Amino acid sequence: MFPAEYAADLAAIWLTLKLASVTTLLLIIIGTPIAWWLARTRSGWKGPVGAVVALPIVLPPTVIGFYLLVTMGPNGPVGQLTQALGLGVLPFTFAGLVVASVFYSLPFVVQPIQNAFEALGERPLEAAATLRASPLDSFFSVVLPLAKPGYLTATVLGFAHTVGEFGVVLMIGGNIPGQTRVVSVQIYDHVEALEYVEAHWLSGGMVAFAFLVLLALYTLNPTGRQRR
Amino acid sequence: MFMRIACLALLLIFTARPGAAAQVQVAVAANFTAPMQKIAAAFQHDTGHQAHLAFGASGKFYAQIRNGAPFQMLLSADDETPARLEKDGLGVPGSRFTYAVGRLALWSARPGYVDEKGETLKKGAFNKLALANPKLAPYGAAAVETLTRLGVLGAVQGKFVQGENIAQTYQFVSTGNAELGFVALSQVMKDGKVASGSAWIVPASLHAPIRQDAVILAGGKDNPAAIALAKYLKGDKARAVIKAYGYDL
Repeated sequence: MFPAEYAADLAAIWLTLKLASVTTLLLIIIGTPIAWWLARTRSGWKGPVGAVVALPIVLPPTVIGFYLLVTMGPNGPVGQLTQALGLGVLPFTFAGLVVASVFYSLPFVVQPIQNAFEALGERPLEAAATLRASPLDSFFSVVLPLAKPGYLTATVLGFAHTVGEFGVVLMIGGNIPGQTRVVSVQIYDHVEALEYVEAHWLSGGMVAFAFLVLLALYTLNPTGRQRR
Repeated sequence: MFMRIACLALLLIFTARPGAAAQVQVAVAANFTAPMQKIAAAFQHDTGHQAHLAFGASGKFYAQIRNGAPFQMLLSADDETPARLEKDGLGVPGSRFTYAVGRLALWSARPGYVDEKGETLKKGAFNKLALANPKLAPYGAAAVETLTRLGVLGAVQGKFVQGENIAQTYQFVSTGNAELGFVALSQVMKDGKVASGSAWIVPASLHAPIRQDAVILAGGKDNPAAIALAKYLKGDKARAVIKAYGYDL
């Protein structure tokens, strides 16, 4: 099907898709309660928590990667914890990349969901409560369906942003085939090794992928159609 | 009135050059960062010329120079890149010279972890061995060659973590994420000895020499500072600095 020299590229593509899928799934699970809390709370902590969630948008990936390397390393606090739990240390592992990506793509998932929750307002919840729906019931049968466009945006952005990750992976990945060598790192290697043909087909693929993803997002989910 | 003064000031800023002093933009291999900073300071002091330094990977510099980067000189981490640039017509013919020969060190941030004969490597009681990507970095290729000569490549290959360049490899080891790794001796050497942790200085006989060549680029052909810097790098003062960082000459 493909010439043998592309095997490494295909492995990198497969790994990237796996990383982005696992990360997105985790982010939806972790991001939902955070977004719900941020959307509903009147606590003074809303500002600080919102700011922490948004940090990866502003920080250079090298800063995130560097601190992850230091804190998750054997002498860092997270590294000490994972070692005490018998998990070893996270840098240079697939699990480590997942942890890093969850943090790195967090705002891209939390913010669209939070916006969707905020746009709902109180009324659907009040209506559900008068119909004696429990809070959990009304969350799953009222809030989630209404927030669907937000979830679609969050999923697409979370996935795409993780696929596009480079600096963080470079810092904590260690370039291990099948474990941490994702597409962006593979492209970097090709460019550095002056293998411009290989670099072109992977890079071109990334451009096409990014365009199609965003096109799908904007076609399926135009912002104008989101409620209120 | 104000505009006139401002224009005059601008004119002064952009045209004023003290005496015969000139400037040269130099692309420098990452492993040569520390010695080059020292040499550039001495160069300016001794000649009045200024060397502006940019540090990075040689492969990246090659791509940038091919695409019009404004460097007038390259201090590469290998001898292939300058040769290729000369062949491409981007380097001044005959300006190539070896400014340093790199030495490899097996280094750990932990004192006493790496013994002075490299037996640590053969015992294999470690989880991660860091090295620079052998495809991209001459120090990485030398590390693989050393492992092959020692006959342990197969045994330790599964423990490889690769840095994109020698600076990142150093970072993996210095943060303890890899227990040990092959770095440039120049990164761990200070004033003629290994500054921290523990190291085995890999005998030069275990790998092909890591010849680091410099070349004057087409843009620096008639630049007096570039020509002076090339001469300065071959001089005793620069060579003493280069040696103190653990390079051979």
